[in-house]
Amino acid sequence: MKRLLRDRSARFGLIIIVVLVLSAIFAGVLAPFPQDVDTYHLPRRLLGPNAVNFFGTDRMGSDIFSRLLFGARLTILIAVVATSAAVLIGVPIGLIAGYYNNRFSDLLMRVSDVFLAVPQIVLAIAIAQTLGPAIHNVILALSITYWPFWARLVYAETRSVRHEVFIEAAVALGASPLRVMVLHVLPSIASSVIVRTTIGLGGTILVAAALGFLGLGPPPPTPEWGRMIAESRAFLPQAWWYAAAPGLAILLVVMGFNLLGDGLRDALDPRLSRGKDGP
Amino acid sequence: MIARRCLWMPPTLFGLLLIVFTVSHVIPSDPARVMAGENASADQVAAIRHQYGLDQPLPRQFLRYVEDVTEGDMGTSLFTQRPVAEDLLARLPATMELALYAMTFAVAAGVPLGVVAALRRNSWLDHVVRVITVAGLAMAAFWLAILLQLLFSMWLGLTPVQGRIDGWGPDPITGFFTIDAVLHGDWETLGQALRHLVLPAMTLALPAVATIVRFTRAGMINVLSSNFVFYQTAMGIPRRRIVWKYLLRAALIGTLTQIGLIFGNLIAGAVVVETVFDWPGLGSFAVNSILHSDYNAIMSFTVFTGVVFILTNLAVDVAQTLLDPRGR
Repeated sequence: MKRLLRDRSARFGLIIIVVLVLSAIFAGVLAPFPQDVDTYHLPRRLLGPNAVNFFGTDRMGSDIFSRLLFGARLTILIAVVATSAAVLIGVPIGLIAGYYNNRFSDLLMRVSDVFLAVPQIVLAIAIAQTLGPAIHNVILALSITYWPFWARLVYAETRSVRHEVFIEAAVALGASPLRVMVLHVLPSIASSVIVRTTIGLGGTILVAAALGFLGLGPPPPTPEWGRMIAESRAFLPQAWWYAAAPGLAILLVVMGFNLLGDGLRDALDPRLSRGKDGP
Repeated sequence: MIARRCLWMPPTLFGLLLIVFTVSHVIPSDPARVMAGENASADQVAAIRHQYGLDQPLPRQFLRYVEDVTEGDMGTSLFTQRPVAEDLLARLPATMELALYAMTFAVAAGVPLGVVAALRRNSWLDHVVRVITVAGLAMAAFWLAILLQLLFSMWLGLTPVQGRIDGWGPDPITGFFTIDAVLHGDWETLGQALRHLVLPAMTLALPAVATIVRFTRAGMINVLSSNFVFYQTAMGIPRRRIVWKYLLRAALIGTLTQIGLIFGNLIAGAVVVETVFDWPGLGSFAVNSILHSDYNAIMSFTVFTGVVFILTNLAVDVAQTLLDPRGR
């Protein structure tokens, strides 16, 4: 933790994430117009940024700043649930495939390769289109498309520690495969999973926003950041703030997760040098 | 190695078809209803169910599906009533041209930036480059596209707002407007095509630039401290030549392994970038299909992109094996 906080960019990332979480929790208190999520005031529509509406108002006359704060809740919900699901599917599969060396583990990895053979966003589009525009469908689409990343990572890491002395010793002592995997393999590879998950949260937010932008996210009036940008396009070039504000929010949050992930990598695993990219 | 790679193609494709089939035929409780769209009458749904053989057992449906796709038949679009495979093939060159220009730009900008950042580690230049890479990987591509469009097209009026060309493109030879224009010697069309290309290509390229910079910088820092640099310096070889010839070659191996991945990301990124710039490629095809709930078209787009993706990865692998003797 100390090592993490010493790094300036990791500290910056952590601050962004903390601000994001706080603003999501206290959106109701912080938002100047909390009711603007689903009500509209057409007389006040498309006002530029001013002292009352920090980021201006949208096509319905709603306060963009307030909608962004409530959108943060949605962003966190989608990112955390989808990423957790992907981790919960991917990590066990990677562990099993990496621990055993048989046809079944080959099959598991082949399956994950097939998922990786299509760009994530394309597969997510197909799934989201089938299921219909709703929050839980976005989450489902993202978890189905993202688990192979963790499966691949955990598989490679498990393979590399599989024949280390401490694992062989546990096996020799008669520990069951499950016990070895959970108590011995998993802790030794946890740091790379944590790093990948942190960066993965940012990636999930980007894809979720893209789905929202394409109209596959939660339906209006949900204050989804991607959808807000899509809505703004009809009012360009005049209402530039309408497009700029949500995108800035996405940029900051994803940057926060990426910087934090990089910092965690340096802090947790000094062997890995800065500047290398994840899968 | 190459042979093994090729052998894996059919199973991967088969798996891809299985996934798309599951998504399109097994997950929805009534695929005919989804295909027909929300406003279809019961009769229309029944007609579609019969027409597409959706009333048959799933395994048989899947076999028929695999058969059709391998024969190049992806069904007809429910919206335009045209064969989807034809539409996709017609739009492929536009996306490929965009992706290739983005890739060229990414390499041309990314490699020198990465080298310079590594040579002047922790200088202001390195910090600027780091900010660009961090932002480049965190920015939503569609947002950047809109901002660039706002600035360069709408406010400054330097580039066209949308599209691939004004009016009709040059007579197709390769389908790449810029190459076709050169082949025809039509310089005006070339200029116009390039003006249309510049913003979408740059938008698409930014995340790729960021990745290439990171890998080049890391690779460069890695080899900078190796013995052969010391040796070559002692031999009196000019610094410039050491850096740009010997070091770069060693440093780029790590970057090269990423090219396949980057190219795949470019094709994926094209989906949203094409939407903003109304670029008539695969991505805008997909988005139009989403808007019209053209189910068959979206599933075919997924398969088609998967195939393009698998083939490009194969091509990159082959190229890499040929370039790097160690991989043979």
